[in-house]
Amino acid sequence: MPLTAITPADEDLIGADREYLYTLNFGPQHPATHTTLRLILTLDGETVVKAVPDIGYLHSGFEKLGEDLDYNQYITIVDRMNYISPVANEIAWHHTVEKLLGIEITPRCKYIRTILAELARISDHLLCIGAAALDLGALTAFLYAFNQREAIYNIIETASGQRFHPSFTRVGGLAADVGDEWIAQVRQFVRTFPKAHADISRLLNRNRIFLDRTRGIGVLTKEEAINFSCSGPVARASGVVRDLRKDEPYLAYDELNGSFKVICAKEGDCYARYLVRMEEMIESLHIIEAAIENMPSGPVNVDVNEKMTIPDKTAVYRSIEGLIQHFELFMWNRRWETPVEEVYGANETANGELGFYIVADGSGRPWRARTRPPSFIHFAIFPHLIEGHLISDVPAVLGSLNIIAAELDR
Amino acid sequence: MALTSWLPDVLVSRIDYLASLLRKHSLWPMPFATACCGIELMATASSRYDIARFGSEAMRFSPRQCDVMIVAGRVVMKMVPVMQRIWLQMPEPKWCISMGACASSGGVFDTYATVQGIDRFIPVDVYIPGCPPRPEQLIRAILDLQEKIQKTGTIDGREFTHRESYEGPTALACELAAEKTIVAPGDYRTASRLRVPLN
Amino acid sequence: MPVNFDALRHRFGEVFTTSQFRDNRRLILPAVHAPHVLLPLLQCLKEEYGFDMLAELGGIDYLGYPQAQDRYAVVYGLTNTQTGERLFVKAYANDPQPELPSVTGLWRGANWLEREVYDMYGIRFIGHPDLRRILMPDGFEDHPLRKDYPLRGYGERHNFSPVSRAES
Repeated sequence: MPLTAITPADEDLIGADREYLYTLNFGPQHPATHTTLRLILTLDGETVVKAVPDIGYLHSGFEKLGEDLDYNQYITIVDRMNYISPVANEIAWHHTVEKLLGIEITPRCKYIRTILAELARISDHLLCIGAAALDLGALTAFLYAFNQREAIYNIIETASGQRFHPSFTRVGGLAADVGDEWIAQVRQFVRTFPKAHADISRLLNRNRIFLDRTRGIGVLTKEEAINFSCSGPVARASGVVRDLRKDEPYLAYDELNGSFKVICAKEGDCYARYLVRMEEMIESLHIIEAAIENMPSGPVNVDVNEKMTIPDKTAVYRSIEGLIQHFELFMWNRRWETPVEEVYGANETANGELGFYIVADGSGRPWRARTRPPSFIHFAIFPHLIEGHLISDVPAVLGSLNIIAAELDR
Repeated sequence: MALTSWLPDVLVSRIDYLASLLRKHSLWPMPFATACCGIELMATASSRYDIARFGSEAMRFSPRQCDVMIVAGRVVMKMVPVMQRIWLQMPEPKWCISMGACASSGGVFDTYATVQGIDRFIPVDVYIPGCPPRPEQLIRAILDLQEKIQKTGTIDGREFTHRESYEGPTALACELAAEKTIVAPGDYRTASRLRVPLN
Repeated sequence: MPVNFDALRHRFGEVFTTSQFRDNRRLILPAVHAPHVLLPLLQCLKEEYGFDMLAELGGIDYLGYPQAQDRYAVVYGLTNTQTGERLFVKAYANDPQPELPSVTGLWRGANWLEREVYDMYGIRFIGHPDLRRILMPDGFEDHPLRKDYPLRGYGERHNFSPVSRAES
């Protein structure tokens, strides 16, 4: 959109002369680490009078691709939405697909997916806090956070072979089972993470500069949070006590209900959102610890005879049933038989409620795969949050909302 | 620089060697990070795979102060004028690394909005495959670029003046012909200086 | 205590059908009734039944779907934050000019979601304060998620001039 001067409505301004307002383009390419989003700020000196977001600079047509790929292939696309915690997106997608198909996954798969989802949550919060701190000038917190994320990448690489975008879940289970080395790595992570977390909180929690820059900035009240459809840490920091892991339990969360708490705050400013994320990481660690100690054994995929999940490679090469079941799920005109229905399924990811609305038409590909993106909804409240603040508060508020451009634009 | 036109070649080649040696060891990247590859770029800049060891210490976000533009992530059609404008704002000598499958060829996203390779619109020097490429691959690409600079670099950028033709992919058989493509009206040409269009 | 559909039917008449699949309860408004009933129905659900959060607003194009009566649908996913109950209201619309009333007066979060549905499908929302394209470039003329728009587009994605090395 060409850059035009924004003329705010009359009631927004004090004074009849508007020519002192300065329009600043916070371009799609900008120094803050929040990729491609654009803000057109109208400034009165250094105070932001109005902020108009302009998005779409990363809109790649994900939902149109959803109509072209099948239920297993689409995880490659869904991975690339919230690219900070890709496994969580895959788990949410297959949660909805399994809800549509009516499949109940095995207990071992539930526990492994829970551990991966919580690791993804820790990874997301680490990057959000690291990037928010980097935008405010604290480079060391960023490096500490990325160091821990490398440990999480190692764990995901052991499970699936790739650091991120693992494409690990499948309809009815996972791509492969995890071994003892993975369990040992997760245990090692559980042991070493609290120290790194303490390092980051020692750097930032009572840091005078960080407090001055985030306390009282970008306040979101509880009624506004509900009205604007916020969810996740953004809503919980404003007092909305809602967490899908406790309210609509899925995976192994109802069995692990006692091992974690839901962290909420009252003030709703950037500092509250930062604290909620820091504490949520510790609660996630408790969930991982409980899950890894209580992991059930057994198969990780549902029974192959239900014709929903891909059989083992040895069965494919050595038995005729395995071969038939394999090509029934891969051949272009066969695949799953789905009910001609639509379903909405949501997970609590690090950013908020990530939901998928799938319309199925009986064939193996979705008719419509709609994503309910939490970043999109949270970016819409940004103009409301930034009004009246200084321009140096713009990266603070942006960082606290955890806007991920690929989920924003899809 | 007019100096190189009258100095003897033996001296010019020494000056070129020295200039390329200094330039290749301090390539300041302009991180044009759009999507997931941007996270691997950030991971490469962090403490485990430190890209500062190779001279890319300062990730300046201002194009006027950078040498290498690392396009990390998919580029969509709304972003192409922005990318071209930033490329034109960089002072010479400058190079471009196209990081990842999406920047090199469109990647997984063969859709109405994603550009199938940024080399259709800006000149690229090094391509990195991968989705996302591992940080080691990005470091390898920086080293490859350093080798390229050493072998072809000149002190006054003479190696760029010869590259006048379009270097990107040529039209494939199934691409739409020029008279059949629908032009989306709107000012998409603000970034590039207008020239004779391709075919 | 879940919403009593009979009470709603008593109040609004026989304008909607209800269904349930897995744990999603749905209220379906066909295209003939949707423009008139949608806004009062959602207002009643928000104010009297306590559905204070709009969790989801998405568009669907049913061109070619088995047994579809109307072409476009917009799904409103409502959540009651006090009880945790969810309800999905589906309103249909038809060509040539699909229109639905806007719910931005009830939930401010619907602002951008409706803009996205307009951008992707072309459904206009009456009463929306700022209905313009949000994800596609401003000069773009088509609505990409419609079923008659091809996946790879009509060539708009490559409609730019390249920059060569010598002149940059």
